[in-house]
Amino acid sequence: MSRFLFHRLAQYLVLLWLVSVIGFAVLHLAPGGPLAQFTLIPGMTAEQLQVIAHQMGLDRPLPVQYWEWFRRMMVGEWGRSYRDSQPVLYVIGAHLWPTLELMLSSSVVAVLLGTWVGVLGAIRRYSVFDYLATIGAMVALSIPTFWFGLVFIYIFSVKLAWLPPGNLYTIGDGSFLDYARHLIAPCLVLALVTIAIWSRYMRASMLEVVNQDYVRTARAKGVPERAVLVHHTIRNALLPMITIAGLQLPTLLSGALVTETVFTWPGMGRLFLDSIGYRDYPVVMGILMFSAMLVLIGNLLADLLYAVSDPRIRLD
Amino acid sequence: MITAMAPDALLQVDDLAVRFHGDAGTVAALNGVSFTVRPGETVALVGESGSGKSVTSLAIMRLTPPPPGCRVTGRVMLRGAAGEALDLLALPAEAMRSLRGSRIAMIFQEPMTSLNPVLTIGDQIAEAIAVHRGGARAAVLDAAAELLDLVGIPEPRARLSAYPHHLSGGMRQRVMIAIALSCDPALLIADEPTTALDVTVQAQILDLLRRLQQRTGMAVIFITHNLGVVAEIADRVMVMYAGRVVEQAPRRALFRSPLMPYTAGLLRSVPRLQVTAARVALEAIPGNVPDPTDLPPGCAFAPRCGHVQVGRCDAAMPALEVAEPDHLVRCLRWRDLASGTPG
Repeated sequence: MSRFLFHRLAQYLVLLWLVSVIGFAVLHLAPGGPLAQFTLIPGMTAEQLQVIAHQMGLDRPLPVQYWEWFRRMMVGEWGRSYRDSQPVLYVIGAHLWPTLELMLSSSVVAVLLGTWVGVLGAIRRYSVFDYLATIGAMVALSIPTFWFGLVFIYIFSVKLAWLPPGNLYTIGDGSFLDYARHLIAPCLVLALVTIAIWSRYMRASMLEVVNQDYVRTARAKGVPERAVLVHHTIRNALLPMITIAGLQLPTLLSGALVTETVFTWPGMGRLFLDSIGYRDYPVVMGILMFSAMLVLIGNLLADLLYAVSDPRIRLD
Repeated sequence: MITAMAPDALLQVDDLAVRFHGDAGTVAALNGVSFTVRPGETVALVGESGSGKSVTSLAIMRLTPPPPGCRVTGRVMLRGAAGEALDLLALPAEAMRSLRGSRIAMIFQEPMTSLNPVLTIGDQIAEAIAVHRGGARAAVLDAAAELLDLVGIPEPRARLSAYPHHLSGGMRQRVMIAIALSCDPALLIADEPTTALDVTVQAQILDLLRRLQQRTGMAVIFITHNLGVVAEIADRVMVMYAGRVVEQAPRRALFRSPLMPYTAGLLRSVPRLQVTAARVALEAIPGNVPDPTDLPPGCAFAPRCGHVQVGRCDAAMPALEVAEPDHLVRCLRWRDLASGTPG
């Protein structure tokens, strides 16, 4: 077990380093730069720009800049935003909760609905429900998330006026109910793709388990059909899904980025896009590293959870 | 609806047929199978793979796939605990469920995959007890430990918390037997319970089954393709071929004077140790089991039979005739063959 953890953590460190190198390189390859915002100030001269660049350390060669950033990050010094000079970790922290709220709520919705759709599709294989679920999953997977977001806003906010078109809460209200009402649309839109993927995997996993000998044994014991389904079939079918859940985390995170933008959700995703627009290198790198860690931790948790739920698996 | 049932029968199967409907057409997996099992008796179902042995047992348990993919017809009568005659195929699903595991139990061929890998042995035995008898968790676990002891598993208490992958194949089959016996069934269907095991373990499991049968007085339907096993445990034997019973007789009669050429062939294909006789090549039955989607019109064994009379055997399906009381045979030529005038 500890050997497993040690190996994993070593792998993760290498992975994180690769993410940082690639992220840093790609970010600096993009045209423009953080100086662009200063060029618009009236009366700004090339010399003054040169001085600012020197102060920000942008006039040094890229490897040196990377090394400087890397050295500081390793000791917890993630730098300050170019936009408002706030510490990067503080900026991320301020935007973290809305994103976590969105991701967690839509994971719960996706897992519950996806499992239900998958289970029902498997036990009523080739039924009307199964065909509709299959078509629905294909549609959800082939249409981009932002389009669903816009359609949601158009139908439920513009036409029906049931739900607010965006934001975390109504200024001046902020009750639990108000928060919940604001959460519904972005949560469902973000969950859609995950429901689609989850239900397909769940269906396949169920179909594999329903024909297992031990399911027949349970029936031969006289176990009621419902208990056969819950204790023997679904329980075993869910095991491989734990891994899928770990793998789904990046999808959810990138989906959150789009969803937050559409619903003007003040989370990390929108912060990320805005920061890229401003070429706010420290914040972009910070978010990149932070989300990479989040994904890796999620995967590690999935592996550990798998080992806990399946007695046949020993980690070493 | 006829609910007649022989008074001394525990299980009475009449004209049981199972058909599978698939993309490749309809497969008659089982045709006109009739037999009875008396209390405490061991009936062996013998035949090659695909002869319909396992389908017979699944049809009795009503564990065949649901329609429209699979249709079961005929009649299966079981003597209930109060002596009443139960028409299993007509019973409501819930009533049938409550008989499974309590009045009729079943053990399967593959002990490696027949137990749920993520539940402990104790949970799996306890589930069977809890479903039929209920009771407090502690009492149920006590009963489970007793059952493990009964089937010869050492340290039964400790084993309750073991998972199936901790146990060997033979031990797992013992656990399966413990589950099957948990509610004192009147009938145990054992579907090739020793096939997947090592020979030494096979003998132990057979011995265990025989001891348990003596102790509980249950009847056993023993499905196997191993005639050595049949010789050891069966009271009566049913030989199946291509979904039909081709011969049915008490064990002694069957081994001494098989009437159906297929049975005779099976018996000759069993290797024997003979000290005196010169080395004899082992006889095999030529050819293969017929394709169930394309059965010949006459006797299904005719294409492989050494005594076939062309124009007769392959023209129409022979009926199951009574050769002697309690000895049935499905062969047009059994009289010729029995009197020693093979053509």
